[in-house]
Amino acid sequence: MHPAFSIVIFTTLSGLGYGLAAVLGLGLLDPAATATKIAHLLALALIATGLLSSTLHLGNPQRAWRALSQWRSSWLSREGVMALITFVPLAWSAWASLFDGRYLALPGLVGTLLCAVTVYCTAMIYASLRSVQAWHTPLTPLCYLMFSAAGGLVLASFFGFAGAGSTVLAPALAATFTAAAWIAKLFWRHRMRTLRPISTPETATGLGRIGRVRLFERPHINENYLTSEMGFKIARKHAAKLSAIAFLLGGAVPVLLLLVLPLAGVGAGPSASLIALLAACCHAAGVLMERWLFFAEARHSVTNYYGG
Amino acid sequence: MTLLPAQPTPKKLGLVIDLDVCVGCHACVVSCKEWNTGGYGSALSDQDPYGADVSGAWLNRVHTFEVIPEGGEIVGEAGEARIVHFPKSCLHCEDAPCVTVCPTGASYKRAEDGIVLVDENMCIGCGLCAWACPYGAREMDLAAGVMKKCTLCIDRIYNETIEEVDRVPSCVRTCPANARHYGDLADPTSAVSILVAERGGMDLMPEQGTLPVNKYLPPRPRKPLADSAHSLPLAENTDGAKGFFGWLDGVLERI
Ligand code: SF4
Ligand code: SF4
Repeated sequence: MHPAFSIVIFTTLSGLGYGLAAVLGLGLLDPAATATKIAHLLALALIATGLLSSTLHLGNPQRAWRALSQWRSSWLSREGVMALITFVPLAWSAWASLFDGRYLALPGLVGTLLCAVTVYCTAMIYASLRSVQAWHTPLTPLCYLMFSAAGGLVLASFFGFAGAGSTVLAPALAATFTAAAWIAKLFWRHRMRTLRPISTPETATGLGRIGRVRLFERPHINENYLTSEMGFKIARKHAAKLSAIAFLLGGAVPVLLLLVLPLAGVGAGPSASLIALLAACCHAAGVLMERWLFFAEARHSVTNYYGG
Repeated sequence: MTLLPAQPTPKKLGLVIDLDVCVGCHACVVSCKEWNTGGYGSALSDQDPYGADVSGAWLNRVHTFEVIPEGGEIVGEAGEARIVHFPKSCLHCEDAPCVTVCPTGASYKRAEDGIVLVDENMCIGCGLCAWACPYGAREMDLAAGVMKKCTLCIDRIYNETIEEVDRVPSCVRTCPANARHYGDLADPTSAVSILVAERGGMDLMPEQGTLPVNKYLPPRPRKPLADSAHSLPLAENTDGAKGFFGWLDGVLERI
């Protein structure tokens, strides 16, 4: 599948934003600290940027509001509705921290729950498509949820070291969730690499009972919407390299950094926050690559009509 | 509304495509584009239409496949491999995944005849329906930013201002080989249903669970071209000669 820039950015940023908002909703950070206030703003900004970027690839963005109407059947619509609803408790929590320096359990916990539901809806947009077999598994929402939680905790650790408290629990949780997210991803990737395609050129043409089917002539010489949107291919060796880099950047490096800090007994401070910031940036870059591969490596069943 | 109507719909209008007969001339492809660029919804745009990198939205495309039987040989024209031309357009699936994923309600399946359509005034051009269709039957119109697909020529089949013989999809009307048939597949007595029953009409990618309405008739069995190579050329075959030529053939045979 074509890894459209707007969609890769959207799922990465909104995943991070919802993760951070969910952690803030648990009340791990000191609500009166400036760092926590900035964290609230950052979470809302990440979510909003992600959502805006997702409208960039629409053919008619001025009608985007219509996408809220079909929540009974469409995961994309559900995601839009949930994103809007989730803004209410998130804004409420942010308000309480920013202006009163308080943590409110009600909007906090409701917000955390709604963040998870929204990320789940995003993942189900892809997981519900049977035409893309690599995505069509419960492991897809699992990975999305785990990466979102991990990203939120990594960011929260940074804010913790930057003065919002929780310099042990947040980094410990961040390292655990990051490791768990990458383990889930390894399972996801292993499943994708060993899949037996349910659809083949033989089933796609119905000619399998005569024999083996091979494309002889394409319907047209140039690329078209189908081949550029669904026929995107990345060389296997590049995919393997990129995925190793993503794993190192997004998994190994932040886990190590975030474990070293509390183990060395480092408390809040500029050097600790700098290291935590480095961990957060590496994590974000790794997840961005992971998302890019999520699209680039997935094969759509229409490629059976195009010789691969 | 992107919930599917109650199944099955009272009518299931669709196409039956005969893979035995299709000669791969692309006439249906061109007539589809011509009718639909001036018909239902926005025109079917092309990008860089006269340049080297031309592309555009088409609702019907013909692929060509080579099929090699188990243990078969590819020896130029004489081998067992055979060529099958394969037209592909929307199959108006009963359980259409393209409809249920649509967030706006632009995609819908008509309750009365099962035709799957896009209301272009509601479409935001998100492209998710094209991802959901396993067959690649939907193409984005890059100029209008809306999704295009086969309408089964809804503006012909119910159109009382054109002659009755023309009230079939443009591709069906055009096909010079008569490889395309249109009708109601919910009615077991319709000509298309009888064709499907007699010729073993099949679904494409049944494993995707879409329950396509359109059916494909498989190519009839054939013997390898090599098997016919040693028989007498047609012009020298006098079997069944009658009248004067029959007599002449007999006399010359006896001399
Ligand atoms: S062929 Fe594709 S576009 Fe047509 S109804 Fe089936 S899933 Fe939808
Ligand atoms: S491209 Fe249009 S018709 Fe297709 S899912 Fe999006 S809004 Fe619906």
